[in-house]
Amino acid sequence: MEHIVIIGNGISGVTVARHIRKLSDKQITIVSAETDYFFSRTALMYIYMGHMKFEHTQPYENHFWEKNRINLKKGYVNTIDTDSKTLHFAEGDAITYDKLVIATGSKPNKFGWPGQDLNGAQGLYSKQDLDALEVNAPNKNVCKRAVIVGGGLIGIELAEMLNSRSIPVTFLVRENSFWNGVLPEGESAMINRHIKNHHIDLRLGVNLKEIKDDGNGNVKSIVITETGEEIDCNVVGLTAGVSPNIGFIKDSTIETNRGVLVNRLLETNVKDVYAIGDCAEQREAIGQRRPIEAVWYTGRMMGETLAQTICGNATEYKPGHWFNSAKFLDIEYQTYGWVFSKPRENEAHFHWKHEDDTKCITVCYDTTNNQFLGINTFGIRMRHEIFDRWLTEKRDVDYVMQNLEKANFDPEFYKHFEKDILAAYQNNLQTA
Amino acid sequence: MSNKLDHSMSLAKPDALGITNKQKIALAIGLVGLFILALAAFNVNFPNKGLFLALSIGLISIGTIIYTREAYLTKLEGIKNDGVWFKSISSRGILGWSLGIFLTLFYIVLYFFPVYLGLGVDGAANTGLIALFDPLSQLFKGSNASQWFVYGTLYTVAILVFGYKFMLKYRHNRYQQLRTASVMFFQTAFAFVIPELMARLNSDTFSLPYNDLKNMWPLNYYAFDQWRVDQFINAQTVGLFFLILGVVMVFVISPFLTYKYGKRWYCSWVCGCGGLAETAGDSFRQLSDKSTKAWKFERWMINSVLVFSVVMTVAVISTFLGYDSEKYWFTKPVFLTSVGVFLSLLFGGIIYYKRKELNKSALRGATGFYILTIAFLVFFSFFDLSQIKINASYFSFGLNENTYAFDGALRSFYGFGIGSIFSGVIGTGFYPILGNRAWCRMGCPMATIMGIQQRLFSRFRITTNGGQCISCGNCSNSCEMGIDVRAYAQKGENIVRSSCVGCGVCSAVCPRGVLKLENDSMDGRINPTEVLLGNDVDLMELVNQK
Repeated sequence: MEHIVIIGNGISGVTVARHIRKLSDKQITIVSAETDYFFSRTALMYIYMGHMKFEHTQPYENHFWEKNRINLKKGYVNTIDTDSKTLHFAEGDAITYDKLVIATGSKPNKFGWPGQDLNGAQGLYSKQDLDALEVNAPNKNVCKRAVIVGGGLIGIELAEMLNSRSIPVTFLVRENSFWNGVLPEGESAMINRHIKNHHIDLRLGVNLKEIKDDGNGNVKSIVITETGEEIDCNVVGLTAGVSPNIGFIKDSTIETNRGVLVNRLLETNVKDVYAIGDCAEQREAIGQRRPIEAVWYTGRMMGETLAQTICGNATEYKPGHWFNSAKFLDIEYQTYGWVFSKPRENEAHFHWKHEDDTKCITVCYDTTNNQFLGINTFGIRMRHEIFDRWLTEKRDVDYVMQNLEKANFDPEFYKHFEKDILAAYQNNLQTA
Repeated sequence: MSNKLDHSMSLAKPDALGITNKQKIALAIGLVGLFILALAAFNVNFPNKGLFLALSIGLISIGTIIYTREAYLTKLEGIKNDGVWFKSISSRGILGWSLGIFLTLFYIVLYFFPVYLGLGVDGAANTGLIALFDPLSQLFKGSNASQWFVYGTLYTVAILVFGYKFMLKYRHNRYQQLRTASVMFFQTAFAFVIPELMARLNSDTFSLPYNDLKNMWPLNYYAFDQWRVDQFINAQTVGLFFLILGVVMVFVISPFLTYKYGKRWYCSWVCGCGGLAETAGDSFRQLSDKSTKAWKFERWMINSVLVFSVVMTVAVISTFLGYDSEKYWFTKPVFLTSVGVFLSLLFGGIIYYKRKELNKSALRGATGFYILTIAFLVFFSFFDLSQIKINASYFSFGLNENTYAFDGALRSFYGFGIGSIFSGVIGTGFYPILGNRAWCRMGCPMATIMGIQQRLFSRFRITTNGGQCISCGNCSNSCEMGIDVRAYAQKGENIVRSSCVGCGVCSAVCPRGVLKLENDSMDGRINPTEVLLGNDVDLMELVNQK
């Protein structure tokens, strides 16, 4: 019986395992050094905030794996020998595979800042990072202030977490507005204000110069490059993005760049070795997507696709229309299609913001043919299915604006804003 | 790990923040109010009972209101679940267990030893806690309080005060606000004020039983007891109206509303049990067991209670039809036959028209329960139940030593086991241990009926928003009915479950806007998928075709 070994028990690895099991009787082993069982990484923040316990972040009960004959092996893979198809573990043992799936995810970026390895300086990605944070910042007495470096999705989650325990937070963002490499100006500015409303000390347009040592190997303070200001703190959250976690592959025959290089069938250069999820890098970017996408659902989709290939139905990875979502403290964000931070050539944005400063949308369309290209929505939930269809049908922006109500996904009895939005849109057209 | 226990009594704020001075004062005010009740329970004879009762309830309410205003209105609108799994009281810590034991003991005394609360027996005047409520009872119905009046008053106060708290907690969410206002209204008006005022109409020549209009059979298991039916019939037009309304509610109004809106129209908008669970019990919703084991137990348990309830009610009605056939045009054989025919048509219809939606175990269970019920009907038609005598002490731990006829035994065992122990002692007393909906999930026969309908004939579902789910588990964690919502959401599948009471909290806490409670067409309501929206269209079609 063919033995499929998957390195990594995150959403990618677990999805491919589940789908292979649905399609076949192959022997399946999932290897992880992080945890015994699959958990939802995106939920780590809720454990620290006390909304859930760790076991609640596990989507499948522990008996699921045995029932579905998916072997779980705890171990850290040191090296991969692709000639003998063998994995060598740090613990000393080894296993062989017939087909190998690399799904090792990401690790937090560290950019060589002085003091980045001191006690109290940490990222937030793994279960171990969460455990470390519980030690470093259990409460506001042990951690009198935390400084977060890097204004992305993990940074704002970490700020929310620390805030929930009343730990004062200084949030250093390199850009001059939060996440404005991705978000259009109006949205980014609204989130800036929302962060400040939560009493988080947001510093825009600043960089970390160094992290200072208290003499015992612990974080004492940080220094800001631009101003030279020194801020006392006990924890430094390093959240300046993530990169593929593929250190152990570098010495193997598997070709890598920033990630493990794969083709559209998710195959690496070595036969019978595949890579999926955050650690995979497409040799050629698909559509306007980045070659490496560290997103929950793309990992899942690669898993769904690769299971077909491994089970004999060679299937290319073809992600559909771009979509994503996040939550910035109390404000939910969803996006469907492409809305770039600045309109590109032949593109225009329509932006509407509610006066309460917690809801807004940005619609992007093609100025040459009025085709709807994408929408960002804050504080208003919208339907994935509707926008996916409208994007496929290449609807024009007027149609989308007039039918926006059909896409509304807010809970019942919520106030609707489609009329205001449409009025603002039409008004905008007249003045434009 | 963060499994540290926090002994703060606070339900609203993470302890790291502590409580503000204003909250400390509020806490003191509330405790003074509780202390008056405690003194009364220990037989302190207050001079002006009306004043002290008003003072006690007033202080408790004001204390809670100030406390929650300080907790929620000082913060931005949003989800307020920080620290629920750290706090002792809401995570089965020492405080949680203590509260659970206290409530359980309270229910045992209330149901079985009301004299300890000061109930005057054999015409004696009330003392203690119950006497404190005499003036209020006089005001409403012109007679002294019973333990049920005390309980009803405290119950209503709890729903109002904690309902207010819940509305502040979800002040960004109009669905939560409206349904909370609704349960507050139905409890106050239908369960408390109207029936108590109607008791005033009773005289020597005219008498209506206590009648909470919204409390339908079979949740109201004594709806068709002989004394009640007799009273209604004797009260002529008004009584008959209520009696017929009771039947119409069960067979017409409830099925219609459940078809249109799901069982939530009742369970989380109207019902008193649900009302308490959603308000005072909200802090315990995360404690429900989400394992598949618990689900299997639930399915056996709740359906068994329904069968028990049907069999018991049929036994009770058939007995009084049996020996009082002149008064009721309906005779015992006609009644038993029509119940049998109705259940057979219902069962046959479901098996035939909904066979694709029933899996093997559901089919097996339904068939077994159907045969069991019919067997009881046959048994009832051959025996005169009033002649079979049973001593209740064998079934009630000696709490009840009377001898009953078979129907009375069934009735009193149901009343004891289901009505008192299950819905009261376990259902509410165990809030801090089993979560706030243990009764609704495991025991309520009304929920079972509406649940079967919701699963098979309703427009209600929770829609999953394409491929946006990140499997975080907030939805499952906050489901008071123990539904593993995430298991559906992460497959892109709508949630159509008989137990869902439509509280909408899963949708509220979802950080990615994935869940929406909706009433829409029956077609495509249940949509099993393996590959979610957003992936290759051809692959989705290939894998999802069934």
